[in-house]
Amino acid sequence: MGKIEEMETINGEGYQLTTLDKAIGLARANSVWPLPFATSCCGIEFMATMGSMYDMSRFGMERMSFTPRQADLLIVAGTISKKLGPVLKQVYEQMAEPKWVLSVGACASSGGIFDTYSVLQGIDRIIPVDVYVPGCPPRPEQIIDGVMNIHKLVKNESMRRRYSDEYKHLLKDYKIDVTTDENE
Amino acid sequence: MRMNNEDILKRISDQFSSEVVSSDETYGILNIEIKADKSFEIIKWLKDDTTLQCSFLTNIAAIHYPNDKDREIAVVLHSWKNNYRLRLKVYLPINNPVIDSIVEIYNGANWMERESFDFFGVQFKGHPDLRRILNEDTMDYFPMRKEYHLEDATREDKDDRYFGRF
Amino acid sequence: MEAKEQYKTKNLDHLSKETIDGEIATINFGPTHPATHGIFQNILQVDGEKIISSEQTVGYIHRAFEKLAERRPYNQITPITDRLNYCSSPINNIGWEMTVEKLIGAEIPKRVQYMRVIIMELARIADHLICSSVTEREKIYELYEEICGARLTTNIGRIGGFERDFNETFHAKLKTFLKTFPKAFEEFNSMLERNRIFMDRTKGAGPISAERALNYSITGPNLRATGVDYDIRVMQPYSSYEDFDFIIPVGVNGDTYDRFMVRQEEIRQSLRIIEQAYNNLPEGPYKADLPEFLLPPKAEVYNQMEALIYHFKIVMGETELPVGEVYHAVEGGNGELGYYLISDGGRSPYRLQFRRPCFIYYQAYPEMIKGMTLSDAVLTLSSINVIAGELDA
Repeated sequence: MGKIEEMETINGEGYQLTTLDKAIGLARANSVWPLPFATSCCGIEFMATMGSMYDMSRFGMERMSFTPRQADLLIVAGTISKKLGPVLKQVYEQMAEPKWVLSVGACASSGGIFDTYSVLQGIDRIIPVDVYVPGCPPRPEQIIDGVMNIHKLVKNESMRRRYSDEYKHLLKDYKIDVTTDENE
Repeated sequence: MRMNNEDILKRISDQFSSEVVSSDETYGILNIEIKADKSFEIIKWLKDDTTLQCSFLTNIAAIHYPNDKDREIAVVLHSWKNNYRLRLKVYLPINNPVIDSIVEIYNGANWMERESFDFFGVQFKGHPDLRRILNEDTMDYFPMRKEYHLEDATREDKDDRYFGRF
Repeated sequence: MEAKEQYKTKNLDHLSKETIDGEIATINFGPTHPATHGIFQNILQVDGEKIISSEQTVGYIHRAFEKLAERRPYNQITPITDRLNYCSSPINNIGWEMTVEKLIGAEIPKRVQYMRVIIMELARIADHLICSSVTEREKIYELYEEICGARLTTNIGRIGGFERDFNETFHAKLKTFLKTFPKAFEEFNSMLERNRIFMDRTKGAGPISAERALNYSITGPNLRATGVDYDIRVMQPYSSYEDFDFIIPVGVNGDTYDRFMVRQEEIRQSLRIIEQAYNNLPEGPYKADLPEFLLPPKAEVYNQMEALIYHFKIVMGETELPVGEVYHAVEGGNGELGYYLISDGGRSPYRLQFRRPCFIYYQAYPEMIKGMTLSDAVLTLSSINVIAGELDA
């Protein structure tokens, strides 16, 4: 049969014809459960984004999950120091696939104004990151823009991506232990 | 009860005339330099004395002067209540920076002394638990000393030439 | 209790005494926890629900501010001070500017001092509201935006005053704020202040006595909740605080209920101070006469030589300060925030040490929660308002 590359969604009276990828992508994108890993000032701006004025729950992120086992999106907001690096990596490894990472703020993206001996210069030194939001701290509108980009990634992700060699290679680069079920 | 600095200095010098090395006044606060070996006794007397009543410890800081011989590390104590501030300074040599801990007098000095140890390597004799507090436990140098750089020496992602540092 | 009686009669010699009487469990409370305002770890030893002892690890967000300050010129240190207690960053900024002004011996006009008081009291309200409501903080963020353009990490003011005066929008927004905020605040407060459930829950949780608190060098609302009326705005007034009429609320027991009540009352007193300062705002310049620190107007820079030189020196950070050693303290949201500055005559400080109140009073936390239940420990931690940025610096 071969792979179906691009397929249009056909809507009809009482039925819709589409690929499974698109349907699941749509469902996943509108119900992302984030894990706020808020360390410092960006954490307060993140709290303001969740408040009623900027309201992130209208995008489906109503339920913050503070346990990694039930979260889809890891939002790292704030400075990560070298002492906290192993903790962050452990939290990332405890999350179940598929998972995405949003790095909010200059400190999480690249170390920010703190080019010092104790600050990790960007979380992408230890975990793979999907979307970066610059700013110090970014305004809530910018954080929502970052979340919109995550939604775009989630909606268009192929179901096979997490099993592909490219992804496994990425995780091996970061020395993250990947134990997948071989019968899958 | 507002005491002025001359009275305070007179009272302390009357009690410990041999320990007070020097004193001066900067921006309204009296600085007194004392010797390291009697520091615990002096601070305890300052707390118990009914006229001076230094019953509140504000701050402990350490400073590194790499160029003064045998006076490299200064440990500065700051205490006040009764509306006057008093600063006590102790100078220590760099290869043996030992001073008595004042945790028994003020409980709040516990973490302040650990911070000075973590950043400068000042050894507080008699401290219940002297270990690093803000930096990682595995760090093997004292970062706030002047000979060490601000940036991490082992980082490879930033090229120092582009930052103006060589 | 009946189960233990039942075990006593059976032969359970092979089990240890601790297993029968109660197991001492070690619980890790942090570093990432939804109830903590930041990253710090507590390892608790609990017997059932009762806490026996606890041990703290801090330093998870150590960003080396003090070493960073030795590298930067004086006006570039203000953004670093922002990030100490980031919930009330204008207080940190203005405290730093006052420290440098004390070092150089500058005279600050009265209008600048009143403007600073208004901004600092707004910041104090914002800090005390962080536990309660984020929506009301938005109104304060809008006021900051009119002055400096930023919401949270404000970098407000310059050494010697401000770079621009309050504009029309700020006056309008402040008037609206002073009219509408007290009503919203009282409505929120009436839900909790005399609420039976809230009082039962918080009275007796995490107490500390006044004498122990002074021994631990605790300052700020946590100390005032124990009954000691120590406030730097009254004992060593700065920036014209002696012109205003306000009271210092004190508590009785030093437990969570008292801390909450002291903070709510301080918000009311801050509103009173803002009203007095705003109604009596004197006319005059909005910055002092310090050409080495304040940028000259652009027209002069293009036409006069000295203005050009000053502009260059300020932007490149080559202004040199006199030699000296100064300590200045302001009343921050959590207590006495002190700046100990030693200058050796160069463009950046020789040593700058921050006396951070959160760092000092967090030491008393194990004593506060000894013998309390686990849920009371969480409640106490939230009520003492530890901000991780100030804890680690």
